[in-house]
Amino acid sequence: MDNLEQKTNVEVLPNPDGTMNWDARLASLGISTKKELKTRSHKWIMPEWMKGWIALIPALIFLILFMIYPILNTFIMSFCNNFYWVGNSGSSFVIINYIAGIQNTRASTELSWGIQNYVNVLKDPVFISALGNTGLIVIVSVPLTIIVGLLLAVCLNAIKPLQGFYQTVFFLPYVTNTIALGMVFNAMFSSGPGGLFNMLISIFGVSPQHWLDINASKWNMFVVIVIYSIWNGIAFKILVFMSGLAAIDKQYYDAARIDGSSKITIFRRITVPLLSPQILYITITSFIGACKSYSQIISLFGGGSRDFGGVDKNTWITVVGYIVKLIDSTADSAQGRGAAGCVILLAIVLVITLVQFGVSKTRVHY
Amino acid sequence: MAEHELYFATDAQLRAYKIRKIITQVLLYGFLTLVGLFIILPFWYMIITSFKSTNAFENEELSGKLVLYLNSTNFSFEQFQKVFQGSFNFGSFYLNTVIVAVLSTTFTVVTTVLAAFAFARVNFKGKDVLFTILLGTMMVPGEMMMMTNYQTTVQFGWYNTFAALILVHGVSVFYIFYLRQTFQQIPNELFLAAKVDGYGHFQYLWKCMIPIAMPTIVTILILSLMGAWNAYIWPTLIASGENSVLAKMGISHSMLLVSNGLMKQFTSEFSNDTPARITGSLFATVPLFVFFLIFRKYIMRGISRSGIKG
Repeated sequence: MDNLEQKTNVEVLPNPDGTMNWDARLASLGISTKKELKTRSHKWIMPEWMKGWIALIPALIFLILFMIYPILNTFIMSFCNNFYWVGNSGSSFVIINYIAGIQNTRASTELSWGIQNYVNVLKDPVFISALGNTGLIVIVSVPLTIIVGLLLAVCLNAIKPLQGFYQTVFFLPYVTNTIALGMVFNAMFSSGPGGLFNMLISIFGVSPQHWLDINASKWNMFVVIVIYSIWNGIAFKILVFMSGLAAIDKQYYDAARIDGSSKITIFRRITVPLLSPQILYITITSFIGACKSYSQIISLFGGGSRDFGGVDKNTWITVVGYIVKLIDSTADSAQGRGAAGCVILLAIVLVITLVQFGVSKTRVHY
Repeated sequence: MAEHELYFATDAQLRAYKIRKIITQVLLYGFLTLVGLFIILPFWYMIITSFKSTNAFENEELSGKLVLYLNSTNFSFEQFQKVFQGSFNFGSFYLNTVIVAVLSTTFTVVTTVLAAFAFARVNFKGKDVLFTILLGTMMVPGEMMMMTNYQTTVQFGWYNTFAALILVHGVSVFYIFYLRQTFQQIPNELFLAAKVDGYGHFQYLWKCMIPIAMPTIVTILILSLMGAWNAYIWPTLIASGENSVLAKMGISHSMLLVSNGLMKQFTSEFSNDTPARITGSLFATVPLFVFFLIFRKYIMRGISRSGIKG
């Protein structure tokens, strides 16, 4: 403070026209304007762009190494006909090896390029069944989960006492470990007469069924997969729908009630259109999520991470299951086929997203 | 209630309306309770089964008289000893998972804060192009990266090490995007005011932006911790054996985390011991539940706002 006052004593006269010479006045206070900073001060100040890059570099190193490079590498790998990954021997970097001219096939022949991996994958009956299974899971479990979630959210929104309690209960499946609860479902659907679900259906006079063991039919397994998918996925949907419902203006409902609209009309004409952004969001994320089903299926069947049910352990194999099996496989051009599978999965995800955005243009009201 | 009474001409109509309303409420609560029971059932089954003896459980299953409560014949603590025996080693699963969760969350938060700050506040060439590229990668399924990352990680000699679990999928574009949104909502005037006060960029980040964006950062922290707790595919691929660094020193230490440690029991000596495996599930679920009960508000608000499925 003393310092400041001393400096204010330095007289800075106004300009002849009465305006103040602010640069000089500020300088007298010890505050330099930018121009003077450059000319007078020799202290180096880090330019802004450099600060930006310094802040960015920690994240960027890892993003490039473990995200951007892998995307490119996997893409290129899928077009390499005879890529054979030999493990820890300097052969993993397809691009780098190619540029450096390192041989990385088992037979150490020249790399050859083409679409052989795609042909192999699409000819593979396991992959075709994986595509079909994934498609079924997507088509059945996603709409069911969304409809049940929407219904529950609307019901929850219509009650006042205990709303928070019910909401917390419905949220519980979100904070669980998919593997752990899959294991519990595996036991609940055990085939004995004392399996929990078998006991439940026996109330309705249905005899005990094989649900998940190797004697079970494909469709019994599917029932369990769908039930677990709904149980597992519903929490997130309810939460998003509830936050959407809370944002809808109550006046719309009052107006509709005065007009004497029925509950169903109100739901169809007010709730759904005003909730359409949330519905679109949930539809896209759950379609993509279901395309990538994996953990919830293997955790149900209980034969370890390569078991998708049935005698051949492939009954309900999914696309991701097919890919994961190939990641650390030592079979011929396994990684190439896996990479081709990844690219096909990416294409499917992209198409679904684009179609849904296309639909949303006419159907979603913002 | 009083407002509605105005709409009705006769008492009979009012009574009909009231009755209808009561019936609707009863149906609503009935439906919600039924679904609630469906949601709770697996948890209840898990808890009850964990307290049963294996013999009693098997007898109940075979005779078709499974009971969902405890009595003097089926109650036993034997399962709780099993989860610390043999291939079941929950002490080690917990230790590994906590190490990975804490370190990877720290790593994620530090890199995310810095990167989000750079994208939100600092001006430099190429920023927008870079950000668009990163956003584009969010569309790509994780398996596509996993394919190459597996090879890269083995190449680095990280097979069966903590580094593979912590560093490889530690930086998330989604978190950077989410935090950048929050940072951008902080008015520019604040930055200029801080500049006048002599703050540099990084001081401003530390003293102003981080405190203001704390709710978002806490959400990222929680999601990242939960993600680490539930991670399954990557740990199974890259680290399901003995720690390779400790093995060189002659110490054998399993790298299994909670999820893949649990999954392994399906094929271990406990493959036929359902109550033991269910107790394992209970042990994997309880810490998450306690965590949820403590941070319930943050978790539910954070997830509905950020819209992420872990």
